[in-house]
Amino acid sequence: MIPQTSENRFPLGNQPARGFLHHLHIDVPLVAGLAFLSSISLIILYSASGQQMELLMRHAARLGLAYSAMLILAQIHPRHLQRHAPLLFVIGIGLLVAVLIGGDIGKGAQRWLNLGFFRFQPAEMIKISTPMIIAWYLAEHVLPPQRRQIMVTAGLIAIPALLIAKQPDLGTSLLVAASGTAVLFMSGISWWFQVRCVILLAGLTPILWHFMHDYQKARIMTLLNPEADPLGKGYQIIQSKIAIGSGGMYGKGWLNGTQTHLEFLPERSTDFIFAVFAEEFGLLGCLGLLTAYLLICCRCLYITVHAQDTFSRLLAGSLSITFFVYVFVNIGMVIGILPVVGVPLPLISYGGTSMVTLLAGFGILMSIHTHRRLLPV
Amino acid sequence: MVRRFTIKDSYLENRLIINRVVAALVVILFLNLLLAGRLIYLQISGHEHYSSLSQNNRIKISPLQPTRGLIFDRQGEILAQNITTYSLELIPEQVGNLEETLTGLQRLLDIDDREIEQFRRLRKRSKRFASIPLKWRMTERELAKFSVRRFQFPGAEVHARLARDYPYGNILAHVVGYVGRINEKELKSVDPAAYRGTNHIGKTGIEASYETMLHGKAGYEEIETNAQGRLINRLGQIPPESGVNLHLTLDIQMQKAAYNGLGTHNGAVVAIEAKTGNILVFTSKPGFDPNPFVHGIPVKDYDLLRSSADRPLFDRALRGQYPPGSTVKPFIGLAGLEHGVVDMRHSIFCPGFYQLPNVSHKYRDWKTWGHGHVDMNAAITQSCDVYFYGLAYSLGIERLSGFLKKFGFGSKTGIDLSGEKAGLLPSRKWKRKARNEPWYPGETLIAGIGQGFIQVTPLQLANATAQLANRGKAVRPHLVRRIERKAESMIPLQQFSPDIQIDPRNAESIIQAMVNVVHGDRGTAHSISNGIDYKIAGKTGTAQVFTVKQEENYDESRIDKKLRDHALFIAFAPANNPRIAIAVVVENGGHGGSVAAPIAKQVIHRYLGRES
Repeated sequence: MIPQTSENRFPLGNQPARGFLHHLHIDVPLVAGLAFLSSISLIILYSASGQQMELLMRHAARLGLAYSAMLILAQIHPRHLQRHAPLLFVIGIGLLVAVLIGGDIGKGAQRWLNLGFFRFQPAEMIKISTPMIIAWYLAEHVLPPQRRQIMVTAGLIAIPALLIAKQPDLGTSLLVAASGTAVLFMSGISWWFQVRCVILLAGLTPILWHFMHDYQKARIMTLLNPEADPLGKGYQIIQSKIAIGSGGMYGKGWLNGTQTHLEFLPERSTDFIFAVFAEEFGLLGCLGLLTAYLLICCRCLYITVHAQDTFSRLLAGSLSITFFVYVFVNIGMVIGILPVVGVPLPLISYGGTSMVTLLAGFGILMSIHTHRRLLPV
Repeated sequence: MVRRFTIKDSYLENRLIINRVVAALVVILFLNLLLAGRLIYLQISGHEHYSSLSQNNRIKISPLQPTRGLIFDRQGEILAQNITTYSLELIPEQVGNLEETLTGLQRLLDIDDREIEQFRRLRKRSKRFASIPLKWRMTERELAKFSVRRFQFPGAEVHARLARDYPYGNILAHVVGYVGRINEKELKSVDPAAYRGTNHIGKTGIEASYETMLHGKAGYEEIETNAQGRLINRLGQIPPESGVNLHLTLDIQMQKAAYNGLGTHNGAVVAIEAKTGNILVFTSKPGFDPNPFVHGIPVKDYDLLRSSADRPLFDRALRGQYPPGSTVKPFIGLAGLEHGVVDMRHSIFCPGFYQLPNVSHKYRDWKTWGHGHVDMNAAITQSCDVYFYGLAYSLGIERLSGFLKKFGFGSKTGIDLSGEKAGLLPSRKWKRKARNEPWYPGETLIAGIGQGFIQVTPLQLANATAQLANRGKAVRPHLVRRIERKAESMIPLQQFSPDIQIDPRNAESIIQAMVNVVHGDRGTAHSISNGIDYKIAGKTGTAQVFTVKQEENYDESRIDKKLRDHALFIAFAPANNPRIAIAVVVENGGHGGSVAAPIAKQVIHRYLGRES
């Protein structure tokens, strides 16, 4: 039987004309937005890296890889994703455990799994498989979920989140938790329940604080008062604020950011690339960039609304919200309203695995949108 | 699958999803506004603040070292200059294998372990991209050797720097002095802004006393740096103002003649232009090479200089205090005439000794069998001690010291060098204060022949001789004749010791006696009289050594020489129209007439012979 959505009432002939790109399961507005941001990424990276063509080529190669991942996932019918969600989740958790046991240590944390031919962060895979398993689980039941289902969901969120936090990688852990929570949000749990959760979390904060690493505590303290330690922990934030503030309305111009080119700004091609952008393109550029992100979010939410089954809807909603969370957390960190967590700016920052994951997510969204059928296959 | 969809209410689910999407959109819009608000705050309201912070970040002020002023002698000969020296420097970040490079360079060039040690110390304090000197002052040979193999040592470069150089080395070491690295104490006493780019400061001699003029003014350069301080770009500069050039009154040819004239002896020669106080010669021997001090003299070498029995670092001309011996006799003779104690006709019999009334102790003359009948003229010419024992006794110590004081004895001359010694003019009051002892008459006697407590510096002696040559008119001895690029090109001459009124007849009588010392048949410096067509007025002196006590040295082979008398000679010429006054002290030289006088003649002749 077919779920009786409103769209299903259209006769076959009323389907909108579909072009070549649609046959490739590509959503044109979405891919246009992504391509726009990728171009911005190349432009700003050229400046941030000190005009290193080599780094730019590597980034372009990764972009190619990421777009390929998107294209591949766009071909896979959401039904297959739904069917294999539990398996993917179990593999992901297995890899996380493997990392904890025998992972490579990079930058003081165990995040990498060396598979011989390439190094791989299982946490990236779990970013997608967590919302998938939760969407799969909730889709088995009638929405909105009952208390028992919420408890199970909480468990499904907690397992990967805790494993990642143990690496330790608090930023990714919180993002994974956020992507799972986003599914719950989409599934329609009551507002009252959410309020209670927020209150509970606030109550748990002191306990959470107790379990945090010193450097994580320091980051939060730094956010509250960066000037306290201008050469140490506060340095990144101070320099980043100087870069952004000195950009002004119109910016210093491409390749003219002194904070960037004189290397005052740390992590300028990765996590803090937004500061480079803000310094060189000013407030107008920043507002333009925010608008671009907003438009992509809107398109994602549009896809969510038009998704045809519960799994797709929940997954699409989660991916859309998570995408925005990434943007917000990164920019919020760079402009000094959120603590410094290692979250790259989606689609702009230099960095391999996270971009592949991100575009894989967009691939899923495109798959959801382009595999809609009026009749069951 | 079938079961799952049948029990769902699609319509409700659809509404739920739309509901949630709208809620998400509202939250997203709100958060977007939050970000935008924060950006507006940073980039519009905070723009000015952050812009200035960003400017401060990148622009640094870097001082530019001024070029130190040159020092010339009166003929325009360079005495202190800035030469380009080549140093081998390494930039650690560009050097592949530092240890290999160091050993390779050590094999190629003459680099000792001390230099390696110093390099390692500097390296710890420097940035990786900073150029760190390894070998200072490379020789041409080393330069050539390195240039050929340079390709083997990436990151090693030869840098040219200006360094102070003293071409005359030993000969001018004391008077010109030297510059050395600034130490903490000196840094506190100078304007730190003026010395920001400077590593060296005048330590002794002219280099120290004219430091502020020679140093010049530091300039500044605005440079753009990156976060590590690496120079990216030069934005602008205020050029430094070079130090002024100094023209000294010294004559290097005469200085050389005096220095070489001392031969193997230690001693000092000071010659003054009688009418002006311009110092022509200011020599202390042994000298030392000031050049190693510029780059930091090795401790071993410094200890060697410091512990040497000859005390090469000691400026004898300025700080050496000697008993004047018989050179004081013309002044005491003049005192006798001026005070009316004796006149030129007054004559005594010299049996070779002098006895105070009712005292059996015999004060001996240097001539054991005596000079026979002597008047003032003969007493000065032949340097009769007995005559001056009697004269001193008649004058008394207070009148004697009081008169010598007018010639600048016992006080500093005010020369433009620091560290000058004042010598010693004894008096009853002084002895009571310094030794808590009464004054004994015998001490007055030996003061009359320039022995005992009385001490003078070679500079004082020359200065007093000049005043005597000027018939009482005092001059202030000084070393700098002209300061380039200054309105007052001549040093304003301050009268230091007041002119004294001397009966011209008395002065001429004494001076005639001094002429006889050189030109008279029985003069003690008769040996230097031949071959000159002008008259030299002089006086020999032989001082018993007692300064040796302070620098006692148990090296037996030297003790003999150390106990020998100091030979002294003062002179001015031409006698009737004096232009040059000179004092020569030859430590342990023996007799003044045979050792010190020829040196004085050489210097005088170089001065007068050239101009005539």
